[in-house]
Amino acid sequence: MMTIDDPARLGAETWDVVIAGGGNAALCAAIEAAETGARVLMLEGAPQPYRGGNSRHTRNFRCMHHGALGPLVETYDEEEFWQDLLRVTAGKTDEGLARHAIRTSAECLPWMQDHGVRFQPSLAGTLSLDRTNAFFLGGGKALVNAYYLTAQQLGVSVVYEAQVRHVGIEGARATHMQVEMAGQSVRVVGRTFVLASGGFQSDIDWLARAWGPSARNFLIRGTPYNRGVVLRDMLDQGAISVGDPTQCHAVAIDGRAPQFDGGIVTRLDCVPFSIVVNRDGQRFYDEGEDVWPKRYAIWGRLVAAQPDQVGYSIIDSRSIDLFMPSVYPPIAADSIAELAGKLGLPVDALSATVAGFNAACRPGDFHPQELDGLATEGLDPPKTNWARPIEKPPFYAYSLRPGVTFTYLGLKVDQRARATGPDGPYDNIWSAGEMMAGSILGQGYLAGFGMTIGTVFGRIAGQEAAAHVS
Amino acid sequence: MSLDVTLQTDPGAISTDPIQEARRQIEICNACRYCEGFCSVFPAITRDKVFASGDITQLANLCHNCRGCYYACQYTAPHEFDLNLPRALAAARVDSWERFAWPGGLARLFQSRGEALAVAMVMGFALMFLIIAALPGEGAGFYAWLGHSAMVAIFLPAFLLPLAAIAIGLRKYWREVGGQRISVADVKEALLSAAQLRNLSGGQGQGCNFEKAEAFSDARRHCHQAVMYGFLLCFAATSAGTVLHYVFAMPAPYGFWSLPKLLGVPGGILLVIGCAGLLVLRAKADPDLGAPGRASGERGFIWLLGLTGLSGLLLYALGGTALTGVMLALHLGSVLALFLLTPYSKMAHGFYRLAALIREAQDARARG
Repeated sequence: MMTIDDPARLGAETWDVVIAGGGNAALCAAIEAAETGARVLMLEGAPQPYRGGNSRHTRNFRCMHHGALGPLVETYDEEEFWQDLLRVTAGKTDEGLARHAIRTSAECLPWMQDHGVRFQPSLAGTLSLDRTNAFFLGGGKALVNAYYLTAQQLGVSVVYEAQVRHVGIEGARATHMQVEMAGQSVRVVGRTFVLASGGFQSDIDWLARAWGPSARNFLIRGTPYNRGVVLRDMLDQGAISVGDPTQCHAVAIDGRAPQFDGGIVTRLDCVPFSIVVNRDGQRFYDEGEDVWPKRYAIWGRLVAAQPDQVGYSIIDSRSIDLFMPSVYPPIAADSIAELAGKLGLPVDALSATVAGFNAACRPGDFHPQELDGLATEGLDPPKTNWARPIEKPPFYAYSLRPGVTFTYLGLKVDQRARATGPDGPYDNIWSAGEMMAGSILGQGYLAGFGMTIGTVFGRIAGQEAAAHVS
Repeated sequence: MSLDVTLQTDPGAISTDPIQEARRQIEICNACRYCEGFCSVFPAITRDKVFASGDITQLANLCHNCRGCYYACQYTAPHEFDLNLPRALAAARVDSWERFAWPGGLARLFQSRGEALAVAMVMGFALMFLIIAALPGEGAGFYAWLGHSAMVAIFLPAFLLPLAAIAIGLRKYWREVGGQRISVADVKEALLSAAQLRNLSGGQGQGCNFEKAEAFSDARRHCHQAVMYGFLLCFAATSAGTVLHYVFAMPAPYGFWSLPKLLGVPGGILLVIGCAGLLVLRAKADPDLGAPGRASGERGFIWLLGLTGLSGLLLYALGGTALTGVMLALHLGSVLALFLLTPYSKMAHGFYRLAALIREAQDARARG
């Protein structure tokens, strides 16, 4: 791989395959295409230390398999995988594309290993995933590094800080990309084009237009470089979209997380053992509805619907050791009133809420690892599990904010990853990864499935583009 | 259940205190855990939620600076969390050696200044020249230049006193990290790990990320093994000579087909090759991932170790020539410096590392 930093060189030749993006899907496409001998150019919008888009923050790959495969145990067959997907998306998926992704995932795992990716056993605290999700040794950035090294060996050219501004299309054929690089606008001419530059969640203005002004209070869990510039350009040119343009996937994360790129460590696992109140000191949802892995995703929306898009999860000293450590220290106080003061919440309201909750708790056995049925009585909203009085100081609180993972709006593709224009499929434009994932994930999320979609369709896009050239 | 959350730090509060900064970074790692498969440090981290200073010292000494976690990390600079765990743990590690050593200032001097090591070595040379010039010889081979009893009088204390100092340091270490009574199984586990340098294997045998950035390589592990086994062979050679001398009344010089030479010559060669390799690798590696301010001392130590091996080989090669006296002074001078500086130079790391591996074996068994 040559890292190109001279704009003149970029525009001087006709590339076989030009790829917009630098994450997992883009890399899979680049590697597949380069293996056929094609001249491949990758245009990564981020600077080198931040290369890899949201793939940098991922940790595993959901994979169908029959019998042990790599780090995966037992069997996870197509039907079970499909049912899992159907459940989280509530049917908002494309069965043909989804099943194609699921079936192809099995052959992807050995391919990933062959191209430098290493796997490790399920991480501590994630044992429930050792049948369905293969974890990357070192996480997503290690995977990204491995792919860049492989691409380098295959002669792929990469430009960092290269923002694709416009895809030049004549009829059903793309001719070039207009790329901003080192302060210049460069016309990059190619025979085929793969678009794998993610969603638009880091463009807060766009997010606010789509979701509403409250989106300005959202935190973005991943890369600040997914601003949807290429997606916007394609939609403006009449490309067919899929996915709800107003929706994003958001989870509840620690409210002190950075605006961008907080990643995995900002997650908060204390909600089921707590009561969660809003700015006014009022509860608004059943914190004990289900185990946290099944509920963390809905809490992003729940907090987003509260005033100022903020919530506060409150526990007492008996619960502080029950969950995975948060990277932020809890706010501690010896009384609820003092805690309210530290959080800036109305003291009377919070005291009344805690007192009301405590009074509604019933005697019973508390079992943090299972649905223990320890529910409140006569409380609205109820807490249906793990309802234990918050009474033993010190008291602790964590603030919550919605953390956006990705947006659903994307390009419509067929099973060969070809993007669709106003008059049917484009001749020479393919799309992969988060940028087209809305076709399959119309709602909700399934852990590790973003990497499945990126790998499966990234590889297909690379193969198809290379075949088109030769 | 309670937890002392007052130990927890703000992930954005970068500290200049080595322990505090390592704690900040370890807490971020514990909330992520992506690196679990690289080495022993990460599984050890997951056993706790908050970290006392002794925990940090243990984790710091368990880290072999393979750097896998750095290149895999999504929180390295320019990210505001500014993670650089290899460096943070290296800083806490050298800090602990300097705290445990007596006198501490000496450790600080020789661990940070290569020139100090060079001066110590030259002083060793000068001392040996003076002694050889002043004392009469009393035997064959190099004993013709410096008698056996004079050698024992110099090197027995020069060997035992630093070992006593190291023992005191290790005792302080063991207390700080909360070590328990040591079992044979713990020691066996630790020795197996050290023998294979398991913590430089990358977890799957692909090696570490020392000199090739995000690409893996076994070069450092192999060079380090050459140094370690070379040193142990040289030590065995000296021990064999001692046994031959006292038990079998067979004083030096020894021929090539004798135990001291059969152990010592390959040992010396391994030591020289290993040290040369480590110096080459260090020149390629990113200094910002190592202990801050200790690069010169660490390089100086490798030179000292390598020259000890090289001068030993030359002494043997030039045996019987007029240069024997000179080579003997150079070799014994470097050995003297190496021995005396053991508690205060990078040499100490071998002892603390082994202690950390034993403690890890204990802790993994008790809480793993």
